[in-house]
Amino acid sequence: MSTTNMASTASDAQPPTTPPPTQPLHALPQPFTTSNLEVLTQGAEALVYKTTFLTPSTPCVLKYRPPKLYRHPILDKRLTKARLLAEARVLVKCRREGLSVPAVLGGDWESGWLVLEWIGGRTVRAVLDEWVHKFGLRARDGKTSEEEVKRELDEGLMEVVAEEKESQEAREGLMRLMQMVGRAVGKLHEIGVCHGDLTTSNLMLRTPERKEVVGRGPPRMTVSAQREAAMSGQDPPEVIPVQQEETKETNSLEGDVVMIDFGLATQTIHEEDRAVDLYVLERAFTATHPAAEHLFQEVLRCYGESFKGAKTVLKRLADVRLRGRKRTMIG
Amino acid sequence: MATVRTITLPHYPSYPIHICMFRDVTNAAFLRSQLLEANPDFDYAFLDPSMILSPSHLLGGTFLALHASLLSRAKTRTPHSELVFRLHPNNNIGEAYRKFGISDSSTAIIAVKLGLGPEVTNERVSQHLGEHVQGESVNVGEEAERVGDWCDVGKVRKVYKLENPKKKGGKKGAQINGVGKEVDERREMESVILGMITLKGS
Repeated sequence: MSTTNMASTASDAQPPTTPPPTQPLHALPQPFTTSNLEVLTQGAEALVYKTTFLTPSTPCVLKYRPPKLYRHPILDKRLTKARLLAEARVLVKCRREGLSVPAVLGGDWESGWLVLEWIGGRTVRAVLDEWVHKFGLRARDGKTSEEEVKRELDEGLMEVVAEEKESQEAREGLMRLMQMVGRAVGKLHEIGVCHGDLTTSNLMLRTPERKEVVGRGPPRMTVSAQREAAMSGQDPPEVIPVQQEETKETNSLEGDVVMIDFGLATQTIHEEDRAVDLYVLERAFTATHPAAEHLFQEVLRCYGESFKGAKTVLKRLADVRLRGRKRTMIG
Repeated sequence: MATVRTITLPHYPSYPIHICMFRDVTNAAFLRSQLLEANPDFDYAFLDPSMILSPSHLLGGTFLALHASLLSRAKTRTPHSELVFRLHPNNNIGEAYRKFGISDSSTAIIAVKLGLGPEVTNERVSQHLGEHVQGESVNVGEEAERVGDWCDVGKVRKVYKLENPKKKGGKKGAQINGVGKEVDERREMESVILGMITLKGS
């Protein structure tokens, strides 16, 4: 990665957002219509909307896999159905085991849609980006190599940490976040599921709900945190964008980690797949946030302690690092 | 006249759902016989309130039943039987009626009527149910939030084969008071159950 890239990464606090299309690109499946629907994002396979389900005050995510016209209709139907079902089954399985993943609220395999629980909060990527932006500013100019930039970022961080007393809290919060990520991934692997696309963008830091904030009751709750908590309790669909901004302001690291996007998840207990999951996550950390690389060590540490067999996965991870995630290059 | 709550599901605004709850019902056997005779006047989904965990549980099943009926993908003969069938995790209609439907000895009943045509209105449902159900009508609340009041959580857990959350620890062990814990437990169950009834039969 070049210096300019680094600079741009550091200066953009948020990942670039897709401009909202004025009209849907595909016909929507019954019963959904453009009213009460808001495009969130579009992937290679699915369109993701925000809407409401069951009650007008329950926000949810609608994941729709539109038919691919270049495929034979029968094959297309089968693939769509198989993939949606696989995703829903994995999510329900995780939920049964008590893992924080979005709940499946409804779906129709023949028409290709799935309704998932809304997770309010930010992606871990956004959290890390913001962190890099906040503490990595002074290291941006005049650096030639990635290594240097990285070292400078780390040192810069240390200085800033020494200067600001609040950043010590931020640092602890980040460490706590990393531990939660490690444990969440560990639990996922323990129950025999591999995510398949584990990146920082597919990990969410869910903003705690009001009652949880009150329940955990940090005595030093700030006014803005109280306001944010009060707001999240009222009317979710209206509040969520506001809420996100609020969290950014307060740099809140409260909440729990929720894994999202199980579109590529598989039910497997192979070390190889688990190691590849970790490898992909590691790449996501290092590629977008070189300064956050040492944070990943904390993820691995917690992962290693999370279940029996995690240590062997970590050993396998060393192999995967050497060769990349594709094991078989031939045949 | 019975107190009927009419709820509109998002995305199906033209098919309102009429929900009505009774207690101290004395003629459950009669209502059940009308269902067995498939009397078109008694085209309701009569449910056992002890099996309904929450409004979302009921509405989730209703949405899927309505959706399946409208796309002619229903597995049963009427949209109302489809609702009873949808709530059960297995593909057995008789079993679904035994678990979620009413029995001759039921004293509490939730009646659901899908507004599939313009002739089904709140008033008509209210009048018809008020005439034929011998029992005390109970207000289910603005958003039908009270439909889960008479739930037997243990029974529901058994039907859906959900484990008792004995080992509650880690991140989710943060609640301090018992009330919060029970609400959380129900919510957690609801999330799993909605997933299960969605996945059912596939």
